[in-house]
Amino acid sequence: MPQTAAIQLSNLRFRWRQGLPEVLNISELEVARGERVFIRGASGSGKSTLLALLAGVNLPTNGEVNILGQAISQLNGSRRDHFRSDHIGFIFQLFNLIPYLSVLENVALPCRFSRSRRLNATRSGNTLHDEARRLLEHLGMADDDLIHRPVTELSVGQQQRVATARALIGAPEIIIADEPTSALDSDMRQLFIRLLFQECERTGSTLLFASHDKQLESLFERHITLEKINRIGQELG
Amino acid sequence: MAILSLAFKSLLNRRFTASLILLSIALSVSLLLGVERLRVESRNSFANTISGTDLVVGARSGAINLLLYSVFRIGDATNNISWSSYRSIADHPKVAWTIPLSLGDSHMGFRVLGTNRDYFLHYRYSSKRRLSFHAGGPFEQVYQTVLGYEAAKALNYRIGQRIVIAHGTGKTSFTLHEDKPFEVVGILNPTGTPVDRTVHVPLEGIEAIHQGWIAGRQLAGLQISAEQALERDLTPKALTAFLVGLKSKLATFQVQREINDYRKEPLLAILPGVALQQLWDLMSVAENALLVVTALVVTIGLVGMLTVMLAGLNERRREMAILRSVGARPRHILLLVTGESLLLSLVGIAIGLLLLYGGLLVAQPYVESHFGLYLPITLPAPREWFMLGLVGTSGLLIGLIPGYRAYRYSLADGMNIRI
Ligand SMILES: Nc1ncnc2c1ncn2[C@@H]1O[C@H](COP(=O)(O)OP(=O)(O)O)[C@@H](O)[C@H]1O
Ligand SMILES: [Mg+2]
Repeated sequence: MPQTAAIQLSNLRFRWRQGLPEVLNISELEVARGERVFIRGASGSGKSTLLALLAGVNLPTNGEVNILGQAISQLNGSRRDHFRSDHIGFIFQLFNLIPYLSVLENVALPCRFSRSRRLNATRSGNTLHDEARRLLEHLGMADDDLIHRPVTELSVGQQQRVATARALIGAPEIIIADEPTSALDSDMRQLFIRLLFQECERTGSTLLFASHDKQLESLFERHITLEKINRIGQELG
Repeated sequence: MAILSLAFKSLLNRRFTASLILLSIALSVSLLLGVERLRVESRNSFANTISGTDLVVGARSGAINLLLYSVFRIGDATNNISWSSYRSIADHPKVAWTIPLSLGDSHMGFRVLGTNRDYFLHYRYSSKRRLSFHAGGPFEQVYQTVLGYEAAKALNYRIGQRIVIAHGTGKTSFTLHEDKPFEVVGILNPTGTPVDRTVHVPLEGIEAIHQGWIAGRQLAGLQISAEQALERDLTPKALTAFLVGLKSKLATFQVQREINDYRKEPLLAILPGVALQQLWDLMSVAENALLVVTALVVTIGLVGMLTVMLAGLNERRREMAILRSVGARPRHILLLVTGESLLLSLVGIAIGLLLLYGGLLVAQPYVESHFGLYLPITLPAPREWFMLGLVGTSGLLIGLIPGYRAYRYSLADGMNIRI
């Protein structure tokens, strides 16, 4: 039985508000499950906007976004939020962590909002914090001292690894990373991406990775250049 | 609930500002409740100043004026009542007892009250409590005195000591009845009423020290010694007022009317409960003003919270975006920010209660000994619960303002934050 695509969108158009210019106009895009996709685009080209649409935080002005076979616009707001917490892990560029939560609490955060990810995370009989610890260990953050530090005292690289563990906990089908490495130095970048790949492979997650950094492109099996698929960018260019 | 625990942690993270907000809310809440307690208790204690007395009788003037000088020893009577009028009412068949009151002298700023032993027998305060002795007992002879608790304590007097009464009621009266000192034979227990500040002497004592005086002045060359005075007829010629107890309460209005219609002299009989109520109503403007001021203080505390919450909101847009990315709904964001205000208000209220009871514990003995006001340490009264509920609800409603703004932000921003 052929599985539905991880992501499938058609004739997508989006403007932020009435009166603002259109940001996205994409006729077709499909990402298979388990794929690792690099989305390249200049700053301001609409990468974050696209990712927010894929996550169902914003709805397209026209067209349809299907995630794991589910038409996002057919869900009401709270269903969409549920759907997101169940199926999507998110990593931002910077300041990914909630400053008043501990490292472990930050990692376990999605499980507060998603029952299915909580069940996934504790399936092996682990507590949530055990699972958070295990993920951190895989990402090279085994140090007890690090784990008990306030998150605001972690280095950027450490913060991004905590954010990655948070995106991975409960094994969501899709991981969306929005320029997660742009604040890291180049050695850290390579290491970070290797760890991210390794964990996505383990859970079989689909990875969407947005960046304007061409150096990283070669590590990915599939590349999408936003300016190429987005008609808006072409017109401007 | 998960969101409220986030709200709690977020506050804990900002514990310095949070504790300042808490402090201002707690202080204002304890002030509000403290004022309310004082108000209720002073009203109670006020209403309890005199009880068991059916009528207070004095020369015709205003009801409140009569109450003030006869019961509270404030101000002076405009006129006296003649002894014969007093006797004829005291002998009325429906009258069970009377307590004569003769005022006009003082001792070191404390009012001197001339009365008889019926005072110690029939006078009641609070819920029908009678006077009891801390030391000694009632006076038995002309030159003896019984002191109210506070008067004795303030002046550090003991049984057996002799005191001199001053003519008039000024604190530093220069005309002293030095030749006729009174021996302290009794000290009363505290009552929380003006009795505590009264120096009691027999009517005959008042009469004795004024032998040789006319119209408030000592006649020159007419010195009458203490012993000589005792030889004379010491039946008083006049009284300031008297208290009446009836055999049956049903007769109250009838006897009141008879006294008010008394032919030989213009008299006024009042029901003390009614007059107390009127007097208190006169003061209720001040009482309400005080309550309004404290309510404003609470409002200021809550507005302070609002200011801090709103000011911090912009910095928290990223936090909201992160929460949205892990599945929090805009509703959760509203709940998180509003929940913080609610938590602050509730904890502020709880600390305010602690401060109130702590304050009561500390202040209780002091307030009782200095103001004769007993502040009971009891659970909040329904009205106080209502006030607390109002503060909590206001905190919640005020919290909705930053909550709603955060909600709007999170809808507008989605996850795209460019800070
Ligand atoms: N919340 C928002 N409201 C209005 N306009 C926005 C918002 N977020 C982004 N934009 C606009 O959308 C365009 C694309 O921005 P973005 O998706 O952040 O680009 P990228 O992530 O590629 O740098 C920009 O012109 C930006 O100003
Ligand atoms: Mg971006």
